[in-house]
Amino acid sequence: MPKRSIRYWWRELADRAATALAVLAVVLVLLPLGAVFTYLVMKGIGSLNWAFLTQTPKPVGESGGGMANAIVGSGIILAIASAIGVPLGIGSGIYLAEYGRGRFGDVLRFTADVLNGVPSIVVGIVVYGLVVVTQKHFSAFAGGIALGIMMIPTISRATEEVLLMVPNNIREAALGLGISRWRSTLSITLRTAYSGVITGVMLAFARVAGETAPLLFTAFGNQFWSLKPNQPTAALPLQIFVYAISPFDEWHRLAWAGALVLIALIMIAVTAVRVVAARGMLKGTA
Amino acid sequence: MGVGIEVASLNAWFGATQALYDIDMKVAANHATAIIGPSGCGKSTFIRCLNRMHETIPGTRVEGRVTIGERNIYNGTSAVEVRRRIGMVFQKPNPFPTMSIYDNVAAGLKLNGFSGGRKLDEIVERSLKQAALWDEVKNDLKKKSGASLSGGQQQRLCIARALAVEPEVMLMDEPASALDPISTSKIEELIFQLKEQYTIVIVTHNMQQAARVAEFTGFFLMGKLIEFDTTQKIFTTPSDKRTEDYITGRFG
Repeated sequence: MPKRSIRYWWRELADRAATALAVLAVVLVLLPLGAVFTYLVMKGIGSLNWAFLTQTPKPVGESGGGMANAIVGSGIILAIASAIGVPLGIGSGIYLAEYGRGRFGDVLRFTADVLNGVPSIVVGIVVYGLVVVTQKHFSAFAGGIALGIMMIPTISRATEEVLLMVPNNIREAALGLGISRWRSTLSITLRTAYSGVITGVMLAFARVAGETAPLLFTAFGNQFWSLKPNQPTAALPLQIFVYAISPFDEWHRLAWAGALVLIALIMIAVTAVRVVAARGMLKGTA
Repeated sequence: MGVGIEVASLNAWFGATQALYDIDMKVAANHATAIIGPSGCGKSTFIRCLNRMHETIPGTRVEGRVTIGERNIYNGTSAVEVRRRIGMVFQKPNPFPTMSIYDNVAAGLKLNGFSGGRKLDEIVERSLKQAALWDEVKNDLKKKSGASLSGGQQQRLCIARALAVEPEVMLMDEPASALDPISTSKIEELIFQLKEQYTIVIVTHNMQQAARVAEFTGFFLMGKLIEFDTTQKIFTTPSDKRTEDYITGRFG
């Protein structure tokens, strides 16, 4: 083996040091996530049982009860939110990436960024004024609109970013085949950027799934089953909020269990979408 | 069957910069015509005008007449309609990365509303055979993505994709410039066979390639068609001094 110079050892050392720093950064990022999850499990697992997942809240003083109505309510509200936020977000993202070169595109981009920065409670108040007041009652529908509005800018900008990453020669290949522009955008460009779009949607979904403030005066919350979208509806974050600020130890424990269930459900939903989305992938797909 | 192309006083611009000046050319049906010239001379712009791809770049403009078969493609017909009849192969292989090999070949038909079922299988097989790729991919048609193939295979996949829509003309923009010599010779063999059914216009940097595959050659310089004649004549006794300088390697 040839004799190794000092410069060689120095390079080796620098390489190791850089790798170590990168690993350290990863650990530091994972640490808070691990801490949050561990603490939630410790606090919440004790109160988590079948009743928690299948029963509605019990009146003050009675022990037991659960958050089944809040789990289902969150599901209803998030379904409505996604039905509004996903198509509008992806649609405007497509517009920005494929057509939005001019002034209108810049205005739209700026609007999306501002909307992204609007505090969630403000979105809640606006929807309260526009939907709840005119309908004269709280509803899952109003909650869904509030969360849906909050999903739009995240999905829109994420879609724009990943569509712009699709090489232009892919678009040219499609146009060269005599495929019309809209068809090529939907079936080729969007399909190529598909996994990135899914990531954007999941980010937006996970973010609004835990939102409490915009639901306070839109979905409002409900101690009973409410499966109709035009009625006040319970949601996990709301229920956690109400229980956590209550003076009762029993409710505090239920709030911890609720928080654990919320995190678990978000993780399950995100993973499920990833798995389903990955199923269509082919060998060698970049 | 291929059809002839007639280009008359074709001018093209990128914004305020003129890229092509008064091009007149008659491309013979069922023959290969090579376009040669130094970088930036307008070769690519020229063939991109033949299927109206030039105008897809914002700020560009085209004037003049291009008649393919009987129709002037710049008069009334839609660009999408024109491109369906004129296949194009690009410099860099550009298969659709998230589609299977099968879907890549079928894309042009499927996305234009063709739903032939069994017939589609036949077309895919025929196109891949024409592009000399069938034997290498027939077992992975729906399993592997187009992006998983080697560069040379990807380019033949792109040729199969263009053939599947049964165009009358094939435009090739330096189809082999990103490929190794073996893949290049495969593509050249292919051009030889395709000539029987299609009219081919091929842009190339490689003068030997032009001499090997094309019956006619046009020499472009700074946006002008300097000389257009049989390949034989261009490479042996060119009538313009500039053509001679270029093919003898004195510039470019």
